[in-house]
Amino acid sequence: MKGNINWFKYSSPQTFYPLAGTLAPWFGALAAVFGAAGLYIGFFVAPTDYQQGEAYRIIFIHVPAAWMSMFLYLVMAFWAGAGLMFNTRLSGMMASALAPTGALFTFIALWTGSLWGKPMWGTYWVWDARLTSELILLFLYFGFMALQAAIDDARRADRAGAVLALVGVVNVPVIYFSVQWWNTLHQGASVSLTKAPTMAATMFAGMIVMAFGFWFYSIAVTLLRVRCIVLERERNSEWVTEYARDFR
Amino acid sequence: MNWGGWSDFFAMGGYAFYVWGSYAVTFGLLVMEIVLLLRRRRKARAQLVLSRGRRNP
Repeated sequence: MKGNINWFKYSSPQTFYPLAGTLAPWFGALAAVFGAAGLYIGFFVAPTDYQQGEAYRIIFIHVPAAWMSMFLYLVMAFWAGAGLMFNTRLSGMMASALAPTGALFTFIALWTGSLWGKPMWGTYWVWDARLTSELILLFLYFGFMALQAAIDDARRADRAGAVLALVGVVNVPVIYFSVQWWNTLHQGASVSLTKAPTMAATMFAGMIVMAFGFWFYSIAVTLLRVRCIVLERERNSEWVTEYARDFR
Repeated sequence: MNWGGWSDFFAMGGYAFYVWGSYAVTFGLLVMEIVLLLRRRRKARAQLVLSRGRRNP
């Protein structure tokens, strides 16, 4: 069929490398625009919460960061699994490139949640199902990165990391449904697919716009990181040698 | 408009520590990630230039 893109063409590091380099700045720019718009809505458009006062404004980074922490894990596990199944080099590189950003958003979710918990619940931390399972997610990211770093052969590191990433997937629904399955201090989902949001439209808008900002940011930094990983791992290949000829 | 002035804005209704503590750390970490990535890229490229020199002295 004419006009069809052959996606498998981009599954090789050599062809993906320049594509990632072209796309990264665009996603970076989108992240900046959505981030600025999200901050504007969050601080200047969304009204003060009648129960929580201004403290609730933490929601504009807390909820999007928590979403990203789970979403990036699923994407990482997807690439790890694809690497195991198809034995493609790029898949493992993508999984490795996603892990630090996923860990970062997990930490941000925990950090901002802690700073939100103190004024609202009276404590920075509680061993509640939602908080504990999110902390386990952070350790899964750390475990994945530590395991990969401990194995010298990159391809073996990919396979070992993939097994860990796939086993850890079970934690993601636990985080998501923890507020329903257990009696938690953490409140239930603010946004659900089945019912209307239980918050002012502008608050909801600020959260969604920030979530897009974080999403574009994640894409941009993952593309930057996967480019570094390609150069590091394929440095002895002919095409990288060729490519490096123009470097000064 | 939510705020009477800048001092009102920075005070965050008495929750300044929690709100700004969240935003500052988040922003700081995102900037740090970008800086570390650009440094990693520079190192990877420098490594390639080094090995090129070894191949064609």
